[in-house]
Amino acid sequence: MAELSARHGHAAPVADRGLDAAGAARFDALILPHLDAAYNLARYLSRDPDAAQDIVQEAFLRAYRSFADFRGLSPRAWLLAIVRNCHATWRLQLRRAPQSAPLPHAEEEAPDDAASLLVDGDTPETLLLRRTEAEAVRALLEHLPEPLREVLVLRELDELSYREIAEVAAVPVGTVMSRLSRARRLFADLWSRATPDGEATP
Amino acid sequence: MSTPVPEAGPCAEWEALLNGSLDGELDAAHAMDVERHLAVCPACAGALERMTLVRRVMSQDDVRWRAPATLRAGVIAALVRERRAAPARPSGMAGLAGRLRAMLPSLRRWSFIPSLAVLAAALLLVVLPPKGGSPLEGELVAGHVRSLLAEHLTDVASSNQHTVKPWFGGKIDFSPPVVDLAARGFPLAGGRLDYIGGRVVAALVYRRNGHVINVFVWPAGSDARVASAYKARAHEGYTLLNWSEAGLTYWAISDLNTVELKEFQEDFLEALPK
Repeated sequence: MAELSARHGHAAPVADRGLDAAGAARFDALILPHLDAAYNLARYLSRDPDAAQDIVQEAFLRAYRSFADFRGLSPRAWLLAIVRNCHATWRLQLRRAPQSAPLPHAEEEAPDDAASLLVDGDTPETLLLRRTEAEAVRALLEHLPEPLREVLVLRELDELSYREIAEVAAVPVGTVMSRLSRARRLFADLWSRATPDGEATP
Repeated sequence: MSTPVPEAGPCAEWEALLNGSLDGELDAAHAMDVERHLAVCPACAGALERMTLVRRVMSQDDVRWRAPATLRAGVIAALVRERRAAPARPSGMAGLAGRLRAMLPSLRRWSFIPSLAVLAAALLLVVLPPKGGSPLEGELVAGHVRSLLAEHLTDVASSNQHTVKPWFGGKIDFSPPVVDLAARGFPLAGGRLDYIGGRVVAALVYRRNGHVINVFVWPAGSDARVASAYKARAHEGYTLLNWSEAGLTYWAISDLNTVELKEFQEDFLEALPK
């Protein structure tokens, strides 16, 4: 991961300028405030608190080294795109690790119905019983298939526009829209099963 | 065999438009189409309600993960290391790098977590205000960013206006109005003192979903350049709104977009005791 990012940083055509004082100031003012958003995305993508920290740490280094290339996107979307790439790298390394178990809910998998997405003995009904509402929401999100979870988190928690989500997730806007539709439909379905009255009370 | 995602229902072709409408992504013509369709289609109205419910349950505060303090410290430490290494490059880092390097030995002696606030503040104080905009705007941005970074958002953390307002009493020589805007979607998070333009000012902190709005308030003196009229401007990716009211100067700053910050300002003005 470090190797990759170093290459990325040095590939910047303006690397000879380095990040001068004004550049560093801009980085501090534009990018650093999105640390929470970066961690949020890394945490929801990886579903692993330790890995999320490693991913964010790496993402900030990459972002700093390639900040001279930053243009166009909003600072938040730009950083989140880097976080997403770092997550992909982490995931790849995990797959290559010999003893790694297959990760659930890869894009190609199609569970038979929504309830089967709930693993670890969770059923929609028990999801709420043993957690606060916010924790139930987190657990539910973690059980969504990754492509759906990703767009939902980027839209509802990071409040990115469709165009920005498309850039971050590297898919066309049309795909963002269809994934978002499916994600909300699936979330609402699981949530309504978890809260039979329709409205949950914390 | 059923699919993992429940079927969209009879109005499947409307689903993308409903989502777009909820997300504010439709042009006026499509938005009107959706309005008209919703009026006659209970199924789609129900679907939109379910989407809104998803938004509501996800917008609770504890759904978003926040970076742990160790990560915050780690990232800042890595950036400091990166900047220490940077002067090797042929670049005009002289002033900043020199000052930064001069700070480093003392920074290294401390453990990172207690020194985090100092470190974050030091980084910012050295480098801000950035180019562009007035020095005051740079200071306001710095104050805003500092409040987010150093975990020093509030000195008095309360959503109760009757707790926050008296807290300022005796600490500053004016009394900032504190209004509760939770009903308008801008819950009060608290207040603190800050230092802007060479004087101690009041900072009111509001939240909007995951965003923070800092409202800096001080008596309008000679710097009351913008009487009653307000101006919106962008500075380093932040939106600033400035207005004056009843002898006080207000600066609202946030990473919210201009429209939402404007909405906040209007709600704030409306809620002021007349």
